[in-house]
Amino acid sequence: MDWQRLLVSYLVGFVLLNVLLGLMAYMTWFERRVLARLQHRVGPNRTGPFGLLQPIADGIKLLAKEDIVPANADRLVFLVAPLLSFALAPLGAAVIPFGETLHLFGVDVPLLVADINVAVLYVLALGSVGVYGIILGGYASGNRYSLLGALRSTAQVISYELVLGLSLVGVLILSGSLSLQDILREQQRTLVIGPLTLPNWYILSQPLAFALFLIAAVAETNRAPFDLPEAETELVAGYFTEYSGFRFSFYFLAEYINMIVVSLLAATLFLGGIDGPIADGVWWLALKALFFLFFYVWLRATLPRFRYDQLMGLAWKVLLPLALLNIALTGLVRLWGIGAL
Amino acid sequence: MSLIDYAVIGLLVVTGTVMGAVLILLGHFVRPRKPNPAKLQPYESGVPDVAPPRGRLTPRFYLVALLFVVFDVEAIFLYPWAVAFDALALYGFVQAALFVGILLVGLLYEWRKGALEWV
Repeated sequence: MDWQRLLVSYLVGFVLLNVLLGLMAYMTWFERRVLARLQHRVGPNRTGPFGLLQPIADGIKLLAKEDIVPANADRLVFLVAPLLSFALAPLGAAVIPFGETLHLFGVDVPLLVADINVAVLYVLALGSVGVYGIILGGYASGNRYSLLGALRSTAQVISYELVLGLSLVGVLILSGSLSLQDILREQQRTLVIGPLTLPNWYILSQPLAFALFLIAAVAETNRAPFDLPEAETELVAGYFTEYSGFRFSFYFLAEYINMIVVSLLAATLFLGGIDGPIADGVWWLALKALFFLFFYVWLRATLPRFRYDQLMGLAWKVLLPLALLNIALTGLVRLWGIGAL
Repeated sequence: MSLIDYAVIGLLVVTGTVMGAVLILLGHFVRPRKPNPAKLQPYESGVPDVAPPRGRLTPRFYLVALLFVVFDVEAIFLYPWAVAFDALALYGFVQAALFVGILLVGLLYEWRKGALEWV
């Protein structure tokens, strides 16, 4: 085994994990500020300049809160479930290419933690495993709101996971690879149509898949307008009703980290990732991901929540057939393109 | 691409779990711990709890889970086909179309039977 490579990759992964945690903390600040501006409020601005110390204050407050375990909860599962959600959330970022390999102190430092050749499949699998944290936490709480929230969340996540997975088949047909690095390399080529020279970003060749992916991603991360699992007016706080203190914040961390990972993924799969008009690099990826994160907040400020039957109907009756249509169309065009039709 | 990449992911799972556990343990020294019977009741808007918390549930969740299994397997089968699309060409496309077509008929059947309605 190549111990040096293992160590370097692990260190890159460790840094990435911590960067994600920091980003997540500031994502809460960003969301509250942007949401406040959209609603003609000011948002947190007292703790430090522009309220920049607010996430730290929140963290300390949550750490100092009592950790209540309800009397009829399944104690062990109740205590472990949030940890599961938290530990699995950042893993998706491990397969996203953040740039070319660097040479530092005579060592090759890849800006990609794990170059696995089934990256897309791996990310979808992670999404499925992430459901366990939710359903175990909701079931173990011993509260009807929690259980119902957990079941709703599970049904929603698995339905939209399907749309998410099928929307990517079109991209896979074009790229011919499941590796995000290959998909990225494919998008870094240029596309010449008549007088126009365009980047070969898949948002241009797969607009329907992009729209489906975006909708499914919002539902997959349980965000407004698909935040049914935590619909306050019906279910108190959904699957984390009984959680308090730092365990509660683990679910929150997981949700926000998932948002960041999905944004990075959408940027890499459809918007060319680190590819940009000048000076390719991680800044382009950051800019694109930031746009998606803003989009999340924007949606939350704009749209009311769906009804549950509308939510499930949308997934099974509209998005799923559209995803299959997209696959068929992409397949036909590709067949014509390679001269097999 | 090698086993090293998977080993790194495994190490990161362990790291994440340990970090979380350490945070919880750290909090142990600063957080209060004053349980009382009322506080340990499940949240029920202040009304005393009567029914069992894990009672009967609508079978619709079960139906969705069944549908998911069928279509998720479909998605998994479509992935290798999509990756090898150029090599399989027309033959592969017709095969995939037949496969998806059969499942689509199943979906339409479920739809007509009302399995997709949430009332």
